[in-house]
Amino acid sequence: MEAESQFHVLAVDDSIIDRKLVEKLLKNSSYQVTTVDSGSKALEFLGFREHEEGEEEEEARSSSDSPSVSPNCHQEVEVNLIITDYCMPGMTGYDLLKKIKESSSLRNIPVVIMSSQNVPSRISRCLEEGAEEFFLKPLKLSDVNRLRPHMMRTKLMHPNQQEEGGEVVDNKHEIQQRNHHHQEEQPGNNSSISSNKRKAMEEGLSVSPDRTRTGPRYSGVTTVII
Amino acid sequence: MDVAQLKRQLIAFTELLYREGFLDEQFNQLQQLQDENNPNFVAEVVTLFFEDAERILNELANNLDQQSVDFKKVDAHVHQLKGSSSSIGAQRIQRVCIIFRTVCNEKNVEGCLKCLQQLKHEYALMKSKLETLFNLEQQILAAGGPPSI
Repeated sequence: MEAESQFHVLAVDDSIIDRKLVEKLLKNSSYQVTTVDSGSKALEFLGFREHEEGEEEEEARSSSDSPSVSPNCHQEVEVNLIITDYCMPGMTGYDLLKKIKESSSLRNIPVVIMSSQNVPSRISRCLEEGAEEFFLKPLKLSDVNRLRPHMMRTKLMHPNQQEEGGEVVDNKHEIQQRNHHHQEEQPGNNSSISSNKRKAMEEGLSVSPDRTRTGPRYSGVTTVII
Repeated sequence: MDVAQLKRQLIAFTELLYREGFLDEQFNQLQQLQDENNPNFVAEVVTLFFEDAERILNELANNLDQQSVDFKKVDAHVHQLKGSSSSIGAQRIQRVCIIFRTVCNEKNVEGCLKCLQQLKHEYALMKSKLETLFNLEQQILAAGGPPSI
């Protein structure tokens, strides 16, 4: 029971009304929530530092091109999922998504996009860039219910491995979550995870934005992409 | 007036609001979200909406008052209002916003001004009706019964 309340979601939306709504929906589902009103604030919260990315370990080891697994985590707090509005002034949700997926320390955090507009090309662009889901606003409880598997999956992806983004693991990070709960969850839950993904993780190699998924991931949207 | 009567009034009034398109299903979703952890949730969201809407209406009046209207700004504001009205279930306002955006795209200042007028009108109506709604709920609470919806 405690494990459930440990998921922390970062919600990004420039509309104060939508922030309040999203926050309530998430809190009602027992998630911890932080809301920010812009992509740049989101990155700040996540501890994203553009210049430090690729410094230290990575320069010492390999060429800066290949995103190798880095034990060093730039995250200030653990965030298990980011849900962001698409249309925001300055940095759009798509821009934010890109920055996150390009960041070695943040790319494993699942990102979900929300939009008031049903634009097929926008939806596919976001999904291609690595968004897990694309929801139409206003957000519903049924949408929020779709978030848990994504958060669960990242917890299970990194059993005893120091991964970038510092999800579950144990003691080596200063991340304040109670990780020992997640170890209990691991054994029996594999059936719900795509085995492809698990294998890719186990090989412990550099992780590119996930391409091993099969099938449509955005069944929350009823639009048809022509 | 006793609690039972008040409750009947509340139900009837709410049904009217839905019927006349002042509210849509999304408002009901908001009410479903309200719980003992946050018993004023709906009122809080609606208050935020009022503040936000008034700000936007003022900005729009400002934008449209310029010698050379910046239609991008107008559109951005209307888009914002459309979003927030959709989020609380303010259907009639949302509809005017949709028309407004079309007219704005055509760079039709007259049309925009008309839409703004309509928005102001719809907003005033909505505000008054929601205030009546909350008033009824408060009366029920005061009379000792929980709000029935």
